[in-house]
Amino acid sequence: MVSFQSFLTGCCAVASMLVRVSLVVCGAVAVASPVTDSLPAILAVDHEGKGNAAAAKAWGVIASADPSALPDILAGMDGANPLAANWLRAAVDAVVTKSGGNAKLPVDSLVRFLGETKHDPRARRLAFDLVKGADPDRADKLLDGMVEDPSVELRRDAVAKVIARAESLKTAEKKEEALAAYQQAFSASRNVEQIQALATAIRDLGGTVDLTRHFGFLRNWQIVGPFDNTEGKGFAAVYPPEERLDLTAALDGKEGKVSWQPVETGDEYGIVNVNLSYPPPAPPADAKPAEGPKEGLKGVIAYAVTEFVSAEDRPAEIRLGSKNAWKIWLNGSPVFEREEYHRGMEIDQYRMPVTLRKGPNTILIKICQDEQRRPWTTEWEFQLRVCDEVGTAIHPAATPASNAK
Amino acid sequence: MPRLKALLIAIALVTPSLRVRADEWLEFRGVGGASRVQEGSLPVELSAADIRWSVDLPGRGLSGVLVVGDRAFVTTSEGPTQDRLHLVCLSTSTGKILWDRQVWATGRTMCHPKTSVAAPTPCSDGKRVYAIFSSNDLVCFDLDGNLQWLRGITYDYPNVSNSLGMSSSLLVTADTVIVPVENDSESYSLGIDASTGENRWRLDRPKGANWTSPVILEPGLVALQSKKGIDAIRAADGSTAWSYTEGADTVSSSALADGVLYVPSNGITALTLDPADPAKQPTQAWRENTLSPATASCVVAGDALYTINGAGVLTAGDRETGKRRWQLRLQGPYSGTPVTDGKHLWAVNEAGLVQVVELGAKEGKVVATLDLGDEILCSPAAADGALYLRSNTKLHKIGR
Repeated sequence: MVSFQSFLTGCCAVASMLVRVSLVVCGAVAVASPVTDSLPAILAVDHEGKGNAAAAKAWGVIASADPSALPDILAGMDGANPLAANWLRAAVDAVVTKSGGNAKLPVDSLVRFLGETKHDPRARRLAFDLVKGADPDRADKLLDGMVEDPSVELRRDAVAKVIARAESLKTAEKKEEALAAYQQAFSASRNVEQIQALATAIRDLGGTVDLTRHFGFLRNWQIVGPFDNTEGKGFAAVYPPEERLDLTAALDGKEGKVSWQPVETGDEYGIVNVNLSYPPPAPPADAKPAEGPKEGLKGVIAYAVTEFVSAEDRPAEIRLGSKNAWKIWLNGSPVFEREEYHRGMEIDQYRMPVTLRKGPNTILIKICQDEQRRPWTTEWEFQLRVCDEVGTAIHPAATPASNAK
Repeated sequence: MPRLKALLIAIALVTPSLRVRADEWLEFRGVGGASRVQEGSLPVELSAADIRWSVDLPGRGLSGVLVVGDRAFVTTSEGPTQDRLHLVCLSTSTGKILWDRQVWATGRTMCHPKTSVAAPTPCSDGKRVYAIFSSNDLVCFDLDGNLQWLRGITYDYPNVSNSLGMSSSLLVTADTVIVPVENDSESYSLGIDASTGENRWRLDRPKGANWTSPVILEPGLVALQSKKGIDAIRAADGSTAWSYTEGADTVSSSALADGVLYVPSNGITALTLDPADPAKQPTQAWRENTLSPATASCVVAGDALYTINGAGVLTAGDRETGKRRWQLRLQGPYSGTPVTDGKHLWAVNEAGLVQVVELGAKEGKVVATLDLGDEILCSPAAADGALYLRSNTKLHKIGR
């Protein structure tokens, strides 16, 4: 299996190399400094502590830099792997502390850095926070142009200003204008809590929102099951859908032959409730009350598959929420898996970078239910969406026949 | 049982490194996880005047505080997804923030709303501070805020996480940081070189959510607790010295005092370490199922140990026999473990009410209270005559 870890490792190695190359390319214009000289040691850190010793020495140099070097330190985060970015993140704190506070920060340079959206989104957000500490009014004005910013956090704050304006309009009983402002904020927001609050506000004013479309949740699936997951052994077991996808085949399930069935969830957050597809058999009339919940089967597995037609070859993220154990494949290749039951579920709980190919892409999920019988162990469900790294929904270019209602 | 008492005294004399130190608090629940302080070192009569300072923290959390010399250390998290992770250093005398270092979470930050990404308590060897978060980001700074190394344990091992949140605290012994990241999926404990941040070892551990914290049995030997019991692990190489396999809690942690490990197993089970070689299989001194702790771990001082159950009832047990001595209903509920000096016990409930209990042989009695009016879920730190309590917004120093 090509693991999520390997995927990330590969991405980060490439990114780090690009950064090193860019430093060389930019060498003609960038003035060599102790900071830029020290960056390679930081960027070389990797898994399991690799490069820590050299990075610690380089960190001492960077952390001692004059505040005027802050844009260079922030730029070092471009393409850096998350560990290297964190070395630099902590160095920024040290530089600011040693400078004696915000008064000596190079605000103009930081604003210029912030305005260049090619830079790492979190580095830009950090630049914004530094500007805000030194000149709150200037930072606040900058937000006005950031409702579509690639930094999720900057966009969130910019949207918050639009929401504040909408609420003022609502208070002034300018309903139509308020609704328009809320709609603008909704369209721009990529923050889950903000989106949910905006949906409520819009509906309160009589407006409509399509949360499923905004997030890009996939609603139409083909589902097959139940397969056996007694003692959790089914998680590792390879059932026929993992070997070959044939939506017309009758398969050997836990209690006999099973076949694929279409499912369309009506949940606006795209939750596919597998229990609805496989309700437990009704107990005999004279049966004693069961100890456990009656809402669903236990010790079982289902598979759900959908086709996602992409308009182009492109990077994307599959984002999943589930409180059941699961595995995901894209176009037959394993993406990630997680064996955890009933610890919680939320939107975008798991983010998996993938590459979509132009045309149909097959997303297969194995969704496992364990045998716990507690009130909080009934759910057998998932929600899945496809989006970009900012969280903007990627909508399928067409609805494949297999997903047609 | 006079032999046991003599044994406890002997062990206390020959293990100076595990003695209570009055001026520092270097790990979760203090030395041995016993939550002990020197007798008479903390104020009994409490009033608002005893609050030396209360300081706003840059973020939320429920991890405990460390006290190293004249500095206090605490972790917090903030941001829309709680992915900004802070290690904050404050002056113990004034509460002034001396430095604040941030990193971004490289692992998942999802957790139950009652807990926090800043749930595990850091630890220190007096030279450096080691801090971990629920996202399994691990950082090491010296006392002046200079980054020594960092790790992303979930970045390294992507299935190390718990969707309810991780909370096991760190320990450092024999130049090795003990990092328990045990969960339902990719379940490990790691021994990490305290100087470089590189793995010395990585142990496969029982699969299952585990919020307990390890205990140092002697320098270089730690007890890891899981649903299966206790494993004594050598910090140098991760090898197992001995195992106790009769199960243990996955929420409240064990406590070591004077050569006896009190394990939340079938109530409380007391395991007496070999005084000549704690790496040898211990003997079971007693087991008492009426001493079951809830979230808070047991505390040990004097000739008694104390547990608090889910109803907020404090139970005193005899350390030699385990037999219950008395019970006292406190105002609960409790998430944090109390501290005790053997004469009194300071218990802080989730509503921020500090209750000082006088610990008698036959009964306990609440003799003082102080209402902080602030949700407190952490286990207090105690050092140099003061308690340190943190909430989601503030850090309070109470006492001298």
